Amino acid sequence: MTVPIAWYLVLAAVLFCIGAFGALTRRSGIAIFLSIELMLNAANLTLVAYSRIHGDSAGQMFVFFALAVAAAEAAVGLGLFISIYRLRHTIDVNRLNRLRW
Amino acid sequence: MLLTVFALLACLAIVSAIVVVLHRNPVFSTMSLVVTLVATAGLFILLGSPFLAALQILLYTGAILVLFLFVIMLLNVQRERATTTRIGGMLIGAGICALVFAGALVRLFWSAYSETELKPLTPDSVSLTAVARDLFGTYLLPFEMIGLLLLVAVVAASWVAQKAGTGDLADAADGTESAKQGEPR
Amino acid sequence: MIFTPAVIAALAMTGLWLVALISVTPVLLWLERRAPAFMQDRLGPNRLGPLGLFQAVADVLKFIFKEDLNPAGADKVLFILAPTIGFVASLLTYLVIPFGPEVTVAGHTFPLVVIDTDAGMLMFLALASLGVYGLVLAGYSSNNKWSMMGGIRASAQMVSYELALTVAVLAALIPAGSLNLSRVVDHQIAGTVLGFLPAWNVFTQPLGFLVFLVAAFAETNRTPFDLPEAESELVAGYHTEYGGLRMALFYMGEYQSMAILSALGSTLFFGGWSLPGVDAAAAGAWIAGLPFVGPLLGPGLGTALFGFSVLGLKTYFALFCFIWVRWTFPRFRYDQLMRLGWKVLLPLALLNFVVVAALAVAGKI
Repeated sequence: MTVPIAWYLVLAAVLFCIGAFGALTRRSGIAIFLSIELMLNAANLTLVAYSRIHGDSAGQMFVFFALAVAAAEAAVGLGLFISIYRLRHTIDVNRLNRLRW
Repeated sequence: MLLTVFALLACLAIVSAIVVVLHRNPVFSTMSLVVTLVATAGLFILLGSPFLAALQILLYTGAILVLFLFVIMLLNVQRERATTTRIGGMLIGAGICALVFAGALVRLFWSAYSETELKPLTPDSVSLTAVARDLFGTYLLPFEMIGLLLLVAVVAASWVAQKAGTGDLADAADGTESAKQGEPR
Repeated sequence: MIFTPAVIAALAMTGLWLVALISVTPVLLWLERRAPAFMQDRLGPNRLGPLGLFQAVADVLKFIFKEDLNPAGADKVLFILAPTIGFVASLLTYLVIPFGPEVTVAGHTFPLVVIDTDAGMLMFLALASLGVYGLVLAGYSSNNKWSMMGGIRASAQMVSYELALTVAVLAALIPAGSLNLSRVVDHQIAGTVLGFLPAWNVFTQPLGFLVFLVAAFAETNRTPFDLPEAESELVAGYHTEYGGLRMALFYMGEYQSMAILSALGSTLFFGGWSLPGVDAAAAGAWIAGLPFVGPLLGPGLGTALFGFSVLGLKTYFALFCFIWVRWTFPRFRYDQLMRLGWKVLLPLALLNFVVVAALAVAGKI
């Protein structure tokens, strides 16, 4: 028996919202970053599922590009974390409030 | 058979995703994200895309998350005192938002695609050759742009992470030196 | 019906690989003492059994009977998980390495590789890239600053050298035009280079092979790149706190990944299971004609035996080189290591890749 395609989409939706919850509530910069990766991953799953529905490889290509963008994002983001940590000795986003009114 | 595999992978993905979001220790969060990503790679195989599954493991778990672990260990990020923000209202608000959004998405997907019948996979649509033909044919320009983006990211990351003043890029990649720098004074 | 002939063949090949890979550890434990002793004009351990062969058994017994320690403050879950991850990730990569052509046994024809897939090399790289977690988690969970330093070094080193390794490997795949390692071997069997050398990639891409060699040493954390465990700086690096069987798992993981990378190197650059001038099917037929063993095996299994032995010989020669280099070169400094990886090896690998790709497009390969 094959798996109904809607289940993949539902699973992706659930994963995305778990990630969104984490990104909104966590305090450590790294944890927020991880939650964002989780959301990206859920979006990738949706794209592959759509590619399967329509029998078109465009969705898979999008995932390929999303992977590359995630790599670039991780490199720059983690570089920023190292740089912030050198200045402030913390990556708790609640304490990085110098630009807040 | 396929249904069982799907159910196992889906449960694994959801449970580990919850651990990612709720665990206080960043190393545990990262490792559960590895589990989520591997489970998703399994789902990619079920969806007829072994190329993306291999790439997902190779790139995401093999490189990006190792980088996360590297930074976590380098900065010696401790477990958070409280996992999430202290303001309870915000926490509940975020939870409700996530639930509502999830509900809406699930309903949308279910109503749109619960009846969809899939065309069976052919060896031709799964093969690496088909992927390569698309990637270097139709999507050649985006592919080149991604190359450029990665180059920019490499330059930016090494500039941002280099030690202030020395201007020596090699030091940015040098774990031992940076670890000394990272110690709280 | 789950046990189709193909599944039985895959299980049999898996069993063969597992026996070969697990027996690598005791053999190397012995070789790693006797070979350097020979080079340094010493005797080495020679009391237990002929040539000190039973020293390996004694070492294994020692590992088994040592106390299993859990350091105070260690992260128990990760501490126990770490050696297993490294061990399993290095063990699984045998799946895509071929050790013979297609053979026919009992009327069924199948290729002599456990998973015969188009994406073979991708699978290998994906599985191999998981091995770094064992080292990093061991370093983190031990609650020991030396282990931590070892783990940090391991993560940066292995990710950096994976790039050069991958690019070198990809260049070696170009002439065959496939990610399936069986096709790569097939391509190296046909034809010659300069009229007398076999068409092995090591002769057509010496630069790529050099990059692969150096990156393989760094990937397996062997001297001169053994910085994650550098015993004169970090006590024992990421496995400082380990003892007994868990330590043994690290040893086995390291030796297995050396063996697997050697087998991969042989497959990519030295013609894999083939011997120049020897036809595998003819060799199988010759083995089938031998007294005693011949009738048991038949030509199909004879070919398999021939391929596995040739690949094994090449692999063990490479493993000997690992040991040879260990006792010849001093260790790199960490900044030298990073500089070599990013500023020398990666550009060289890219240069090799571009040249090979250009020649392939021009139709010269």
